[in-house]
Amino acid sequence: MHLAPALTRRLILQGAGSVALIGLGLAAVPALAAANDRYPEDAFKQKTDAEAIRVLYGKTAEPSDKVNLDAPEIAENGAVVPVAVTTTLADVTSISFLVSENPNALAASYVIPPGTTPAVANRLKMAKTCKVIAIVESGGKLFSATREVKVTVGGCGG
Amino acid sequence: MASTIRVRATASGNTTEVQALIQHPMDSGFVKDAQGQTIPPHFIQQLTFEHNGKIVFLADWGPAVSKDPYVRFSFKGGAKSDDLKISWVDNKGASDAITAKIG
Repeated sequence: MHLAPALTRRLILQGAGSVALIGLGLAAVPALAAANDRYPEDAFKQKTDAEAIRVLYGKTAEPSDKVNLDAPEIAENGAVVPVAVTTTLADVTSISFLVSENPNALAASYVIPPGTTPAVANRLKMAKTCKVIAIVESGGKLFSATREVKVTVGGCGG
Repeated sequence: MASTIRVRATASGNTTEVQALIQHPMDSGFVKDAQGQTIPPHFIQQLTFEHNGKIVFLADWGPAVSKDPYVRFSFKGGAKSDDLKISWVDNKGASDAITAKIG
């Protein structure tokens, strides 16, 4: 009769183990959804902007004049380039910034919950003169705006 | 006591504008130091803003965000003297958090 409690405990532990496994399986599924809270590690590792967008969102963006990207024409210091985006699109769930010629194109990605204004300002590093791309996810679709920024001193190297 | 996070959140009308400045090296992993040694990547990965227990803004950052990062956004709701909780975690697992009052 001494065995019984031990057995029960083992059964419970096994049960808990399989529940945990199921939990992991579910967590791995929405890897493509950008609007969840998980850090999109793979997207940040992509070299090109097109690849980063594909890995982050699983779709492609179309240019839109409703996305307003504010970036300087000439950045004297590539280590600190002020970049901001605003949009008149409704139902925005995420905003991302990419720098096309950086070693890894994706610079920052923001989750915009309902009630938060679809506008973000931040400062990015740029390796050299290239395109800055803003992506706005609105109603499940992607819209982009692109600006060429001339960099006189690159942000990689110091 | 000195926090790495400095925040200014101001409510006007029904929106709250938030500006945050964080002290962090944001090393990209591509820069070499004076001895020619590559400085390993060290950057904030996630920055979260919470108001009334609800996430109002979540930033996923790569190493291309500038040193001592700055971010500005605004959200609907939020009144004077409400709490705004800000927290970050970096790629080495370090973190910091602060609760600021909306002014």
